[in-house]
Formats: sequence, C-alpha cells, structure tokens
Amino acid sequence: MSEGHQTNYAKIYWTLMILFIISVAGPEMFPESKAVILITAFGIAVVKAIIVAGWFMHLAHEKKYIWYGFITSLALLFLFVIAVAPDVTMTKGHNWQSQIPSTMDSHEGHDETNHDDHGHH
Amino acid sequence: MESPVATTRSATGINTGVLALYWVIISEIVIFGGLIMCYLLFRLRNDHWGEFAAVTSTPAGALNTFVLLTSSYFAVIAHDAATKKDGDKAFRFLWYTIGCGLIFLIVKSYEYSSKLKYLFADDGGAYWDAHYNNNFMGYYFFATGLHGLHVIAGMVAMIIVSKQVKRGQNFNRVELCGLYWHFVDIVWIFLFPLLYIAK
Repeated sequence: MSEGHQTNYAKIYWTLMILFIISVAGPEMFPESKAVILITAFGIAVVKAIIVAGWFMHLAHEKKYIWYGFITSLALLFLFVIAVAPDVTMTKGHNWQSQIPSTMDSHEGHDETNHDDHGHH
Repeated sequence: MESPVATTRSATGINTGVLALYWVIISEIVIFGGLIMCYLLFRLRNDHWGEFAAVTSTPAGALNTFVLLTSSYFAVIAHDAATKKDGDKAFRFLWYTIGCGLIFLIVKSYEYSSKLKYLFADDGGAYWDAHYNNNFMGYYFFATGLHGLHVIAGMVAMIIVSKQVKRGQNFNRVELCGLYWHFVDIVWIFLFPLLYIAK
C-alpha cells in the first residue's frame, strides 16, 4: 500500500451499511420486480465490492502491478466462462436429466421451452 | 528477530508478503469467480432454481452480511493500528474480527443444521429429496462451504498474528490478514444476493 493518504474508515463503513440496507430492502419491498432486484441486490453488491476493494484493501492507492494481476485473472475467468457456457446452458444430450419437480412441471405446461428442459435420454 | 532477505521486491516496490498475498487473491478470483459465473449461467437458464432457492433464509444471510462487513471494518482498523505500531489496539481489533468470524460460522451452522436435519429425519429423507436434493442446494452447500473454510483459515491466521503483534512483532502481517479477510468479505457480498435474494 502506498503511504501518504488518510481514509475515514468509519464513513466508508456507514456507507456500506446504507448500501446493505438498500440491497435487502429493495427486493423485500418489490419482490416481483426483476429490475429492482437486479439493481438493488446485484448492482449494489458490485458497488459494495468496489468500495471494500478500493478503500479497505487500499487498491485505490495500490501499485499498477497488482492491477495487472487482477486484469489477467479476470481475463482468464472470462475465457473460462466463454468455454463452459455452451455446455452449462445446454439442455440436451446423453445423461442429461431435468431436475424440475413434477408438481412444478405440470404448472409450467408443455411448451417448447419446457420440452427442451426434459432433455433426451 | 532477523528480517527476511527479500522484504521488498525491487522490481515492483511492493512488500513481498503483500505481493504473495495478492497472488493468492488473484488465484482465488478464478476459483470463486468461476463458481459464481457457473451459477449465473445455470440460474439464467433454469428459472425453477428460484423455487429451489426459496428454502434459504434471507434474514440469516443478511445477518451474516452485516457481520462480515463489520468484521472488515474491524480488520482495517487493526491494520491502521498496526501501521502506527499500536500492538494492543491491533490485537484488540483482530480479535473483534475473529469474533465476527465466529458469529458468521455459528449462523452458518444454524442454517446448515436446519436443512441437513431433513436428511436424517424419520421419513427416510423423503422431505429432503422433495425440497433439498437438487443442483441448487448442491451449489449452495459447495459455495458456502468453501467460503466457510476460507473464513476459518482467516480466523486461524489472525489468531496467530494477534499473538505476534501483542508481543510487538510482525506488524506488517496484520495487513496481510486484513487483505485476505476483505477478499473473503467480497466473495460473500456476491454470494448473498445470488443465494438469498434472487428467489
């Protein structure tokens, strides 16, 4: 960590607490709204992570080499996701089984998408 | 005690311990990042995972989020105290952090036991099979279990380092414990909405 900077940790902590309350209250108040859940839960999670990394871990003041490492690992992670995404999202093929309980299955009907979910044995 | 030869890497100007710790964190990003991304891929493709996720306790997850965020604050105060060579304060706040870790594990144990009791119930596990025997719960136990192991590892490291700073030794290691602990906190910041909010 580079020296020569002062951080008000209490202020950062209370900022995190306010964001935390919003991230829980938003989805509780609007459970049907996917937009609210995405913004309040996941959007704020990203903001909280940036605050913790930036100020508690002092990454905002860290040397560039650390950032090179982070960028490399995130790039590798991106490659990994691209590589496995076709397989993970696939719902066809040998040994593939649906895990949808029969009760939920009957509620969802038998449209084309649901038919795919059963796969082929 | 004699200082190690390679205390600071001349090429980067970064303390050796900090550099090593960041290597750990960078490799952990791939582990937990891969885990989280796989979950997202499954979750986006399978809407019914939202039904499976209904069994997780949002209040318990929220309590643990509060506890870990607070513990991160204690860890950074311990680091600040160590920078000022205040061994007593660093020791005290390291133990506040360890206490928070313990509360986190107690809440997690409660969550696990409230689910696993159905596996050994008198109905031969029928309720378990109906509500918990699915891929979502497999992911839940694996991700939170792996994270819990990291929490335990952080607590053990802090117990060892706290004794050293109490004796006025190795103040720089408080920063290393803090960096690791903040990373563990960040992982939970992402696991919480994934497993407890998105239902």
